[in-house]
Amino acid sequence: MEVQSPQLSVSNIHKTFGDNEVLKGISFDAMSGEVITLIGSSGSGKSTLLRCINLLEIPTQGEVILRGEPVRFRMVRGERVPTSPQQVQNFRSRLAMVFQGFNLWSHMTVLENVIEAPVHVLGQPKKQAIEKAEALLDKVGLLQRKNYYPNHLSGGQQQRAAIARALAMDPEVLLFDEPTSALDPELVNEVLRVMRGLAEEGRTMILVTHEMDFARDVSNKVLFLHQGKIEEQGDPGKIFTNPDSERVRQFMAAQNR
Amino acid sequence: MLDLHGYGPSILGGAWLTIQVALLSLLLAVVLGLAGALAKLSHNAWLRGIATFYTTVIRGVPDMVLMLLIFFGAQILANDLAGWINRNFGTRLYFDINAFVAGVATIGFIFGAYMAETFRGAYMSVPKGQLEAAVAYGMNGWQVFRRVLFPQMMRFALPGIGNNWAVLLKTTALVSVIGLADMVRLAKEASGAVHEPFKFFIPVAAIYLLITFVSELVIRYLTRKYSSGVVRGSQHG
Repeated sequence: MEVQSPQLSVSNIHKTFGDNEVLKGISFDAMSGEVITLIGSSGSGKSTLLRCINLLEIPTQGEVILRGEPVRFRMVRGERVPTSPQQVQNFRSRLAMVFQGFNLWSHMTVLENVIEAPVHVLGQPKKQAIEKAEALLDKVGLLQRKNYYPNHLSGGQQQRAAIARALAMDPEVLLFDEPTSALDPELVNEVLRVMRGLAEEGRTMILVTHEMDFARDVSNKVLFLHQGKIEEQGDPGKIFTNPDSERVRQFMAAQNR
Repeated sequence: MLDLHGYGPSILGGAWLTIQVALLSLLLAVVLGLAGALAKLSHNAWLRGIATFYTTVIRGVPDMVLMLLIFFGAQILANDLAGWINRNFGTRLYFDINAFVAGVATIGFIFGAYMAETFRGAYMSVPKGQLEAAVAYGMNGWQVFRRVLFPQMMRFALPGIGNNWAVLLKTTALVSVIGLADMVRLAKEASGAVHEPFKFFIPVAAIYLLITFVSELVIRYLTRKYSSGVVRGSQHG
């Protein structure tokens, strides 16, 4: 069998804010169709890592490689900046992000939110973008609400709309940054249901979540972060039930309490 | 029927000049205001310093003084420069600063400072997640501004823009001091000739009011347009 190359690789990522080193050398690969979950206590660097992957934060050191193509950096007055803004924009358009706070554009309707980047970033014809957006909104159960503004929707509906917005980019990797943390408990499941469907379709996903049952069910690989490093990684069955690390064990015990 | 002793058309012409000065000044003020707001929010200490100097000077110096300074001062400065060039290069340059340009430049410059504050406040009211999402979906800087930042800023900026415009319109009356034949100056000339001030200044006041009233309608329309998606009563949704 042919050896598959990773969809996305991060290699030796460091991120420092002032004197505070939040990430201390993180490496992992996401193969096509893999669902990778980042877990760990708050402050462990999970969200920062996700934000480094799509360059909302510029890693102080290390590489981000999408399908074999690394993001190029250069140094400007001691600060690391991307060599080509166009490359970064192209890169970001291939990694769609779903945010904790939804971040749907509040001055646009749901449909307008979904077609915005496909039309203005990817240059798709509007008619085609609308057809596709409607199919995606149908898939997340929001077709009836396509002309609503985000502020007129529940949190769960907003997050499902945000997922449709992400899918409309045909992303090579989907990034989820604590997608259910801002939701009322009764709205969490409708979002997890949609995400589970995506995982089953074989989408490549990297997610930060506190939903441990969900992480255990859908992930192919779990990374446990502690103080900016990977404390332990592996198969969810192992990490959740029989971790090697004492710290992971304590974390899991606290979750189940 | 009001008898304006034949000055009616001339005053209407002055009203048209007032409108031109006001609209062009507004355009300049919006451009300078956006630039000033960006400079104030910039990470570059030099840009911030220049912008702060600009807004401080403008707020501290009377409009009339600025108008005279720019009209006469800029003229002298330009001709000193022209003189130097003429001496060194044997040319025969001479600058005659056009009162219309000077008027628009001064008023635009003054109100650019107020607009800078308005836009800066409006920018800070836009939730950062809105811009972050735009960046995360691959938009370039101009697209982020055009598609997300500007339309969302306008919601917060429009009340301030409306106030600035109302004051700007009245400030255009100052251009009469630098010799522009706006409706105030023409009304003054007419009333001087006929010795009937009320007859001319009341129509002028009415024209200002009419322009303000129409502006109010436009601002209201724009406010409606830019507040789509905002839940009534909770601006920050």
